[in-house]
Amino acid sequence: MDPNGEVLASLRGVTKRYGAVLALDRVDLDLHAGQVLALLGPNGAGKSTAIGLLLGLLRADAGQASLFGLDPQHLAARRGIGVMLQSAELPDTLSVGELIRLTASYYPAPRSLSETAALAAVEDLLPRRYGRLSGGQQRRVQFALAICGKPRLLFLDEPTVGLDLPVRQQLWATVRALVDDGAAVVLTTHYLEEAERLADRVCVLLRGRIVSDGSVDALRARVVQRSVRCVTSLDVAEVGQWPGVLQATRDNAFLQLRSNHVESVVRRLLAADPALSGLEVQPAGLGEAFTELTNDAAEHPQQEAA
Amino acid sequence: MNRYTLQSAATVPSTMSTRSLAGAYLHEIRAECLRYLRSPGFLLPTLLFPAAFYLMFAVMLGKGQPADAARFLLGSYVTFGVMAPGLFGFGMSLALERDNGLLTLKRALPMPPLAYLLGKMVMAMMMALAIVSVLQLLAVGVAGVHLSAWQSLRLMAVATFGTLPFCALGLLLGTLVKGNGAPAVINLIYLPMAVLSGLWFPLKVLPPVLRDMAVAWPSYHLNALAQTALDFPAGAAWPHVTWLVVFTLVVTALAAWRLRRHG
Repeated sequence: MDPNGEVLASLRGVTKRYGAVLALDRVDLDLHAGQVLALLGPNGAGKSTAIGLLLGLLRADAGQASLFGLDPQHLAARRGIGVMLQSAELPDTLSVGELIRLTASYYPAPRSLSETAALAAVEDLLPRRYGRLSGGQQRRVQFALAICGKPRLLFLDEPTVGLDLPVRQQLWATVRALVDDGAAVVLTTHYLEEAERLADRVCVLLRGRIVSDGSVDALRARVVQRSVRCVTSLDVAEVGQWPGVLQATRDNAFLQLRSNHVESVVRRLLAADPALSGLEVQPAGLGEAFTELTNDAAEHPQQEAA
Repeated sequence: MNRYTLQSAATVPSTMSTRSLAGAYLHEIRAECLRYLRSPGFLLPTLLFPAAFYLMFAVMLGKGQPADAARFLLGSYVTFGVMAPGLFGFGMSLALERDNGLLTLKRALPMPPLAYLLGKMVMAMMMALAIVSVLQLLAVGVAGVHLSAWQSLRLMAVATFGTLPFCALGLLLGTLVKGNGAPAVINLIYLPMAVLSGLWFPLKVLPPVLRDMAVAWPSYHLNALAQTALDFPAGAAWPHVTWLVVFTLVVTALAAWRLRRHG
């Protein structure tokens, strides 16, 4: 069992199909207190289905979804969650303050209006009608609605789409503060930078299966490729022939390599050119890790089906 | 295997006190009423159509008709008027909210599900009360109808509660159609039903087949109750009330079944 904290919600052997399409295939997933879990995967991988099951919007065909140990369709269970969905049109004619008060009224011990407004940076929007706000402002209001009930578990579905960088960073800071305060977060995002900044744990879904589950570092470590950069007079074509070198390019004085056996390549580089300088070895980014993971699985579908 | 072993440490969120639960209901009702009061696109047609029709048929074309005609038409147009907030307020908004994600969000949030329905119901009843008030003012002030306080009160009660069967029908329609197709579908049911119930022309001008079918429509029975409230002889009230109550319950049950099944 994960030592990170109590389990707030889980999927156990959950299968969900839509007609002939298998959206989730025997998925097990635990959400822990105080943890930010990023759920990544290409469109149609099953992210929305997983979230829908945890929120009680969908029923599993097999297996069990639970929220605070209850059926997610149980109202008492949902009083512990906050939700920001990707596409929800709120009533245009209500003011921001009215929307926050209404949503807060569903919860047993909500935050005050001023606290919610401050956390979501919507103080100046409170008297304005929702329909007259810009897309980014509406997104902040939706975030305010997600946190107004002081939830222990926060579901954020693509929270920062359409937000400019300062607002995005502010939202990240707020999420981190809430997590430090003991809340757990489930995040789906297309921005890998967002997952990298926020997530303690990254879960990659592909065709209804979890293909990777671990820390951001663990996911990066799955990628054996690293890049090497140095100033050297060695011939780029020759280095490109070395075993372990996948790609070699020259950028003025710099030689740039991608390698899956970086230690031996670096040893040979240093041996071949004693004057070599400015050596840098960079790990793969989350983006590369993600691409490699999804490509791998796409290239070996028979393994997946097995 | 005990599937909840791992979760045993997680505390279930605290329960709501009756008072804060009542607060959730009140907030939902208030929000639902406010949002429609601020939507002229819904408010004005719902209020003005029955008023304009009444003025046209009872006042402008009603000259030289027997004095009772304007009173009779009051009952008919009140019935016609209060069908709309139920069908449109309930049906169209549900169809739109199923489409635009609002219902999904509300179902994910810990909103008491009945608060959502109650909010729309109260909104429809308040609209019905506004419609019957406007029509009565026109009847008394412009058409010269004499209404006793008792008649007026009974008509208001019939109108306010009479919108409920149409809320149920709107709810069912809202679960069947989605999004922008809803207004057309609802109008296709609303207007023929009004005509076939004898709200626009006397039933006796309709072909016998359609005339015999009139008892099937809820608006026929509501019209009978409205006429009874205005002291026109329409037989005993209880068969009409029973029919409307049964209709409301059956249609609501169907809608609830569809909502649970398909969301």
